[in-house]
Amino acid sequence: HAKPEYNIIAVEFHRVETPFVIGIWIFFASLAKIGFHMTPRLSKIFPESCLLIVVGVVVGVLLFQASSVHVSPLTPDTFFLYMLPPIILDAGYFMPNRLFFDHLGTILLFAVIGTIFNTLSIGASLWVLGKSGLFGFETPLLQMFLFSALISAVDPVAVLAVFEEIHVNEILYIVVFGESLLNDAVTVVLYHMFETYNEIGPANILYTDLLSGLASFFVVAIGGTIIGVIWGFATGFVTRFTDQVRVIEPIFIFVMAYLAYLNAEIFHMSSILAITFCGITMKNYVEANISHKSHTTVKYTMKMLSSSSETIIFMFLGVATVNNRHNWNTWFVVMTIVFCSVYRIVGVIFLTALANQFRLHKLDKVEKFVMSYGGLRGAVAFALVLLIDPRHVSLQPMFVTTTIAVIYFTVFIQGITIKPLVKILNVKRAEKKKLTMNERIHERIIDHVMGGIEDILGKHGNYHVRDKFKRFDNKFIRPYLL
Amino acid sequence: MGNRSSLLLREEEIAQIQEATGFTPNQIERLYSRFTSLDRGDCGTLSREDFLRIPELAINPLGERIVNAFFDESGNDRVNFLQFMQVLAHFRPIKKNSPNRLNSRQEKLKFAFKMYDLDNDDLISKDELLAILHMMVGANISEEQLTSIAERTIMEADENGDGMISFDEFSRALERTDVEQKMSIRFLS
Repeated sequence: HAKPEYNIIAVEFHRVETPFVIGIWIFFASLAKIGFHMTPRLSKIFPESCLLIVVGVVVGVLLFQASSVHVSPLTPDTFFLYMLPPIILDAGYFMPNRLFFDHLGTILLFAVIGTIFNTLSIGASLWVLGKSGLFGFETPLLQMFLFSALISAVDPVAVLAVFEEIHVNEILYIVVFGESLLNDAVTVVLYHMFETYNEIGPANILYTDLLSGLASFFVVAIGGTIIGVIWGFATGFVTRFTDQVRVIEPIFIFVMAYLAYLNAEIFHMSSILAITFCGITMKNYVEANISHKSHTTVKYTMKMLSSSSETIIFMFLGVATVNNRHNWNTWFVVMTIVFCSVYRIVGVIFLTALANQFRLHKLDKVEKFVMSYGGLRGAVAFALVLLIDPRHVSLQPMFVTTTIAVIYFTVFIQGITIKPLVKILNVKRAEKKKLTMNERIHERIIDHVMGGIEDILGKHGNYHVRDKFKRFDNKFIRPYLL
Repeated sequence: MGNRSSLLLREEEIAQIQEATGFTPNQIERLYSRFTSLDRGDCGTLSREDFLRIPELAINPLGERIVNAFFDESGNDRVNFLQFMQVLAHFRPIKKNSPNRLNSRQEKLKFAFKMYDLDNDDLISKDELLAILHMMVGANISEEQLTSIAERTIMEADENGDGMISFDEFSRALERTDVEQKMSIRFLS
């Protein structure tokens, strides 16, 4: 038998396959992105997300012909554990805190009531239509609700991708974007609830199951928020001691925020809320603790990570479209899109009417329109639909196809038309501004004055709450974290 | 005891206040009950102490100046209900169809300007600015830093080079700020 030879060259692909393929993915996604910015005519008409999906589809077709991918690109785990956190952290960390909390009431109204309304109405409508036999198959109520729970949530990734390009005014932006972040808790709960109900089977659901669904909403939302806030404070505390080793400052910010996200995942809390609030909380203290250079590093790394993962998500969405497990049902797809759009509009009209009762700045017709039109669905829905277990939910393959169709509809039709529409309707645009010294000082004085007037009136509004928090912060928190 | 405070406002008083401030009768009633609850002495007017008894206001860095704004209006050391309402009227949200009186952008800005302008010469001097900065920041900023902040602020806003900020210069510095929103309270709409 041959004696083992010493090989000068050896090929050992399988050992590096996974990281290599991932590297190639990121490389191509980034190349594609450069491509659009070099063709101004394309990037003026199409939002980046559309073009990335198209590239994804092309790549998907090529791979499908060659049929030799072992690393399947968009699995729920890669999405939730690696691609979503950077985007949400970036959003939370650079969140305009004041604007966010000023409009928190409206945002919560849309995120909680709006999402529940959408889920129930879309699910019920599809079920009723299914009864009439339009789709040509059985539509069990619980499966419809499970599907509507994942399709009705406005997606932060899609909203960011589209809204960052159109530059609407800050109130409009924060309301739609805030909704897309905070509705995560509602989506997670509704999704798990209906998934469990499907497992238990409709015959065995008890009252207590319904009640625990309601209770779990509060646990998931508040739990996620608390986990985020605790990690945020912890980050502030740790960075207090880094003045000797400046280079590791950014590490803490990223790792601890990521841990907050994973920590919430462990307990099935809302991880999006956790990392958002972790970012919101830590920013106040971290920025005072870290050096200017670290701050710049944090800023650029965060932007880079989030925009890369956004790029990859959209491209993967395209790739994942091309497979042979599709189960297309025209009526179901069309009706889902119709219901999604109609109930979004109905929800926005009713909820803004309600919110306007309590708002100083009334949301007008044009803003209502942008809000309903900006209700984009995206990758979160796609990852959730892949997570459904076909053993309990027989319609899962069709749900996947429909979800992809809805995402394509929102990203292509709505994404492409929203820019011209915003122009035609003359929506107030955002103006980039840096505060002057005068503005900073006078606006702070105005805050104090308004807080004082609220105290005289005996009415506890925003200013009063902010004043109280600031005093508490200065007295009890800052001394320990700075 | 306590009889006076439970007395309702007379019709013509309400009409007079409505005329002067633009509040609705309903709001006037509501604010009157707040007024009487602040009025510990039951004498129909408020003293400085009545205001400063509000715990949050007492620790507001500008608390005393805000209270003073109520007394500037009256010219003596007690504030009656009409004067109380006239000051609060500054913070009514601006409505498009109703004519502006005390709640115009101009008036709102004037109220903010008065917080700085202690000597009522319609100019903010460097000392006045420094005094207010002192009240706002804690002890963790040094005197030199504050002085340099004050100097930079004045330099930025000062157009005629007199080293002070006039009301016009003040308004122009806040041109981009949504004063109409920031200085309005929804409860008063």
